[in-house]
Amino acid sequence: MRLSERSVDTQGQPIKFSCRDVQVYYGDKHAIKDVSVELQDKTVTAFIGPSGCGKSTFLRCLNRMNDTIDIARVEGAMLLDGEDIYDRRVDPVQLRARVGMVFQKPNPFPKSIYDNVAYGPRIHGLSRNKAELDEIVEKALRGAALWNEVKDRLGESGTGLSGGQQQRLCIARAVATSPEVLLMDEPCSALDPIATAQVEELIDQLCQDYSVVIVTHSMQQAARVSQKTAFFHLGNLVEYADTDDIFTRPRDPRTESYISGRIG
Amino acid sequence: MTDVPSDLPKRVGAPARKSLLTPDTRTKRRNAAESRFKVYGILAILVALLALVFLLFTIIRDGSGAFRQTFISIPVTIEASVVDPKGNRDPAEMAGTLTMSYGALLEQSLTNWVEQNDIRIEGLTEADLASFFSAQARADLRNRVLANPELVGQTVETPALAASRIDGMFKGRVTRESAAIDNRTSVAQYDLAEAMRDRGALATRFNWDFITRPDASDNRPEAAGLGVAILGSAYMMLIVLVLALPIGVATSIYLEEFAPKNRLTDLIEINISNLAAVPSIVFGILGLAAFINFMGLPRSAPIVGGLVLTLMTLPTIIISTRAALKAVPPSIRDAALGVGASKMQTVFHHVLPLAMPGILTGTIIGLAQALGETAPLLLIGMVAFVTTYPAAPPEGFFDAASALPVQVYNWTQRADSAFFERASGAIIVLLAFLFAMNVLAIVLRRRFERRW
Repeated sequence: MRLSERSVDTQGQPIKFSCRDVQVYYGDKHAIKDVSVELQDKTVTAFIGPSGCGKSTFLRCLNRMNDTIDIARVEGAMLLDGEDIYDRRVDPVQLRARVGMVFQKPNPFPKSIYDNVAYGPRIHGLSRNKAELDEIVEKALRGAALWNEVKDRLGESGTGLSGGQQQRLCIARAVATSPEVLLMDEPCSALDPIATAQVEELIDQLCQDYSVVIVTHSMQQAARVSQKTAFFHLGNLVEYADTDDIFTRPRDPRTESYISGRIG
Repeated sequence: MTDVPSDLPKRVGAPARKSLLTPDTRTKRRNAAESRFKVYGILAILVALLALVFLLFTIIRDGSGAFRQTFISIPVTIEASVVDPKGNRDPAEMAGTLTMSYGALLEQSLTNWVEQNDIRIEGLTEADLASFFSAQARADLRNRVLANPELVGQTVETPALAASRIDGMFKGRVTRESAAIDNRTSVAQYDLAEAMRDRGALATRFNWDFITRPDASDNRPEAAGLGVAILGSAYMMLIVLVLALPIGVATSIYLEEFAPKNRLTDLIEINISNLAAVPSIVFGILGLAAFINFMGLPRSAPIVGGLVLTLMTLPTIIISTRAALKAVPPSIRDAALGVGASKMQTVFHHVLPLAMPGILTGTIIGLAQALGETAPLLLIGMVAFVTTYPAAPPEGFFDAASALPVQVYNWTQRADSAFFERASGAIIVLLAFLFAMNVLAIVLRRRFERRW
């Protein structure tokens, strides 16, 4: 753990996401209970907790990906820069352009590397011509630390890359639309340690420009990459504090049990 | 972490240790069951293969004859006095000459040919010579002369259709013995046919007319062809493709990707599955009531057949398209939605292209099913005897036409065994079309298939 090396100062960062009394139901199941949390801009926030504790569910609420599940119902307030994202007038399409997402399993489109990255900018009309689009693609791929590996084969299929490269391609695809928040749902669980290290390094860089929220099963990973950590247990947000504090001075006994490996 | 109770006896139910080199009885039994199962599987495949081979063998044996036809090639003098009594070579005037007179011309030239070649056959009567030619041969000759009046007065060597019994002699359908008891042929005719073949005046060759000619009446099977039926079937397939593919795909996309899951959509889903199991003849009754009696569309027309077959094919296309859409991994939808694509962009940019191979395969299988469908077409009058080709589309959709499977059904009902041969030949053509469609399905599948 590199807790002592942490240099990023998050104290002064403004609030990006403000969630109050969020409840999520899957049919009759009460999956998220009374969660209130404030996520800071340009900060990596990690959601940790045992399987089924609701951390992924909560993450997917942040860009309304739960809308695709018919039986899911969200209550409470989730404000992105002070605007309720569950307001009737909000189009989830616009929201998702501002809140990008990277999934657990690398899921590039079965198209060329270039088209994978260019898809978001194309549908949102972010470029006026080919040269601009090229620039966006290059910037996104550089941002995802993938440019040097793929610059000579942008026309090849994105599915032909290795697992770690695919995941970084997905990150490039997500940052290509210049989102403000990047949600990552266990982005390294399908990757080997080397690819994981690359992605983690990338997350470190990404948080200079974006607010990053990462769900992870690995407490070491949470400790390595995040400045803030939220611990979920059975649908409740048990503790939310600076990562250093969570791992060294947990206030709640459940948090302590979890990080010391006694539950989960 | 689960706690393991430690007070359990250590080896409850544990097997006695034996050598790995000698299989125990339980393993032996399991292995025997597995081998038996494999044998059953292979047997089942063999039975299916045998049935297929038998089917193909009998159909090709019975039907290949339809693709060969016997023609008579002797010099025929087109007497001006017979075909153009006024002598002005005006096709309009010459059209007054009946087909019967051309028959007399053919009969006369055969008589002359027999005399010139000095063929003596006991009991050869004038009637034998007259019935040597197909009734279609006179009509063909007349059409040829009317189209080209300069032929009048000349001697032409024209391949003329031989009568079905003569044709049968070269395909094994008619033997010398059967000719003796057949009142439509005679032993003398049989001998004449053999003599003519030896002198090269009678030859059996490949018969394009079987593919192109329209159906013919009961007493001239040698002239019957599939032209109208192939056109009718092609028109209907066109209508089915144009209507069923977009409607079916749109329905599937809506139900699979957009529709809320509630009682109504459940009901629609169940009904679509049930429609796929409705006997096709019921669709025929529906077509008769809705399209012909209510909407007043013409009987026997490809438009009505196409509409009925569209209704019949829709459930097949919808079910296979929905299966193809379901098979697209949800991660692709998540990925597209995650970068801010709308639902429709997700479907049309990502899901639909990936589902395309499945959709095309389902569509082509649906089309193949429609191509072979007979029962509903009988009810809407496609079984009518049609000898005129339908016009080019779109007007042709409203003209009377036949269909391939109906033509098969039609011919198997006729008495003359020559029609049985034609029916088998038509089945070969139908199978060839189905085979071509399946090959197309495979090719399209390969082309559109992508990895993810």
